Amino acid sequence: MSEWVIKGLVAGIRTTVYPKAPERAPGTTPGFPAGGEFGRGASELASRCPTGALAARGGTIDVDERRCIHCYRCVRGVERPLGWDRGYEWATQAHSREGLATGSERPALGRPYRKSIHVIVVDAGDCGACLNEVRQLNNPYYNMHRLGFFVTPTPRHADVLLVVGPVTDHMRVALRKIYDAMPTPKCVVAVGACALSGGVFAGSFTCKRGVADVLPVEVEVPGNPPPPLAILHGLLVAAGRAAPARRRGVPEDGEATAASRASAGAGE
Amino acid sequence: MNADRPQERRVTRERFRELIEERWPTVVHSIVDLANATIELDCPRRLLRELCQGLFHDFDLAFAGLTVEEDASEWKLRYVFYGDGEAGWVHVLARAPLDDTRFPSIVESVHAADWHERVAEDLYGLQFEGHPRLGDFVLHDDVWQEGVEPMRRGFDAEAAMHQRQPNTDWRPVRVVEESGAFVMPIGPKFSGVTESVHFLLETVGEDVIRTSTRRYYKWRAIEKLAEGKSAADALLLAERFAATTAFAHGFAYCRAAEAIAGTVVPPRARLLRVLLAELERLRHHAGAIQEICESCAFAVASSHAGIVEEDLLRASGQLTGHRYLFGVLAPGGLACDLTTPACRTTLAQAQEARIALGALLRELSISSSFLDRLEEVGVIPLRTARAYSLVGPVARASSYLRDLRRARPYPGYEDLEFDVPSEEEGDGYARLRLLFSEAEQSVRIIEQVVARLPEGPVRAPFEPPGGGALGWVEAPRGGTFAWLRLDASGVVVRYRPVTPSFINWHAFQLGAEKFAFQDFPIILSTFDLSVAENDL
Repeated sequence: MSEWVIKGLVAGIRTTVYPKAPERAPGTTPGFPAGGEFGRGASELASRCPTGALAARGGTIDVDERRCIHCYRCVRGVERPLGWDRGYEWATQAHSREGLATGSERPALGRPYRKSIHVIVVDAGDCGACLNEVRQLNNPYYNMHRLGFFVTPTPRHADVLLVVGPVTDHMRVALRKIYDAMPTPKCVVAVGACALSGGVFAGSFTCKRGVADVLPVEVEVPGNPPPPLAILHGLLVAAGRAAPARRRGVPEDGEATAASRASAGAGE
Repeated sequence: MNADRPQERRVTRERFRELIEERWPTVVHSIVDLANATIELDCPRRLLRELCQGLFHDFDLAFAGLTVEEDASEWKLRYVFYGDGEAGWVHVLARAPLDDTRFPSIVESVHAADWHERVAEDLYGLQFEGHPRLGDFVLHDDVWQEGVEPMRRGFDAEAAMHQRQPNTDWRPVRVVEESGAFVMPIGPKFSGVTESVHFLLETVGEDVIRTSTRRYYKWRAIEKLAEGKSAADALLLAERFAATTAFAHGFAYCRAAEAIAGTVVPPRARLLRVLLAELERLRHHAGAIQEICESCAFAVASSHAGIVEEDLLRASGQLTGHRYLFGVLAPGGLACDLTTPACRTTLAQAQEARIALGALLRELSISSSFLDRLEEVGVIPLRTARAYSLVGPVARASSYLRDLRRARPYPGYEDLEFDVPSEEEGDGYARLRLLFSEAEQSVRIIEQVVARLPEGPVRAPFEPPGGGALGWVEAPRGGTFAWLRLDASGVVVRYRPVTPSFINWHAFQLGAEKFAFQDFPIILSTFDLSVAENDL
């Protein structure tokens, strides 16, 4: 067994510096189209979006990340592509988005939960990508245990319900039972475009258009799939340890937006 | 099941046609498409069983799926068989008027067709006479009312009649009736980060006697969703229904669309597609290896494999912008060009992964406590692999050699040198070794591709006329087949993917028989099955 020890020492520490500092390694995030001023042809470009994630208002393009499925039609095969934002701090709190609450950074769970959160992961019709990215959180690169996040198989021990997939009719009962079996306080984190808007499966007669149709969602992590760093950010938001992003593309004075743009140094 | 050496193998294509015509002289009218090595046989229903049995057993063809199409006037059931070398593709067509929904079941002789018929029965309301067990398959009986046939034309998805208050008292069927026997239910939510699927382990205490699975918890009805979409929009679905092997499914879909349109993909795009397909295979295999190590609770090895998987995900992201290769494919080629220097970087990353995996295999193969858990678990003998027409690493670990890159080569792979590894034991360890050797071959292919990448365009104009065609690709988990029909305006009429997981789930219960409880996660992980790929 000594070989394994040596092998481990040779491999060294691979863990990301995030959340202490931004992760800049290439290939860690697919990014999102960046909205904002576009000028002529904005509505034509927005109409290329198959899921309605882009909306043109005059010469400005708004991006609804919850609908974006990374088809790259707004940047590939066009003369003037839309800008691209390579951040990953995308998680928002559903409250602040809908303007129901004050938009404060009120953590979904109370203070006692900041440093230790047990997560139950439920697949409600996922294509496998979001789930695979959640799985990566356990590998040495992301190692979510160091931040006090643990995956639990039982709802009785879970503080956070992490749901991927659009919620199929066949999974509805199971998902509801899991939610009901969790002790309070509890927090639902919806991960991925399908869990937020149905994604490419929106409109199917066998599934919902996301988790919010079935359960109250606290934290939303957009992306198709969101990379592990974005999911990590979502869990940190749920724990009240990171500022939620504000919806980009909408002109707002959100500092979180600026911060996530600044940390988005990683490029090709 | 006939496991003996088949009588008539290794014949030329002409001889093969003659043999079929000799044996079924009066009734079989054949359409021959030599360019695609395809023979289409129009078969009356009364001969269906005999013909399929002959093709499957005497000609040693594998079964690649049943596609049902309902056109304006009749049912068209397309049974697809394929063999290596000269045999090519054989499509058996059975037709019937729309008001006649009875077809003979071919399950008795072609067991691989079992689940295909169950799907057709559930989604179209067809009756397969002689099938031992129909019903409660895709549409769960506890959620849907009887008589819902969602794939029929004119099905009204909005109608309230099948809305459905799930019945929480519903219980699945048990098979073992021994006194003292009980059922250990697992799922749909089980363990840490897993896909949703339900297992029934029937046991008398210590050992599990048999396992049955219930799937389709994740059924999103992508076949129905694809209907009426443009060829380019349906590609979004093809890429995203099982995204851990997104590129392979998108590739198969594009190949079908291009076959209909007669599009010739430019040489650069052809090779880039091979590069991306092999990159995906490499990344998928690293992930599958990680899951096997994890299922044995071997955390150190699991971490090392996890590093390789993440490295390759990042390499994919760096090369194409997306970690799962979304948005690169387009009917007619690729949506964007990849620069040759970027491909060289990817090659270097793939070579690093090869070194890391090689070192990992060396360590694993001398870790006896790890091997004890893998050896002789989940054994699939060759005759089972053949009877179920298994595909991919699971089949090849039982020395059933069907690799579509070899058996039915497709553009890009013609001049590349690579081996199709195989193992004989058919157990968990054989499947693990096979993943390692296939990953090595993938790097070998990437090396050749990058060395000979030509310059030029990556996309040809794509203007499909109406028609139907089969696209096939060797996906990381095995052969994937996509039947596509477009109407004259290029709109999808029927898209039926037959995925490797759908095929291999069928045999999973045979690998999961008579074992100890603690081996269950190991058997499951070595089968390398995706639920999303099955549940469509």
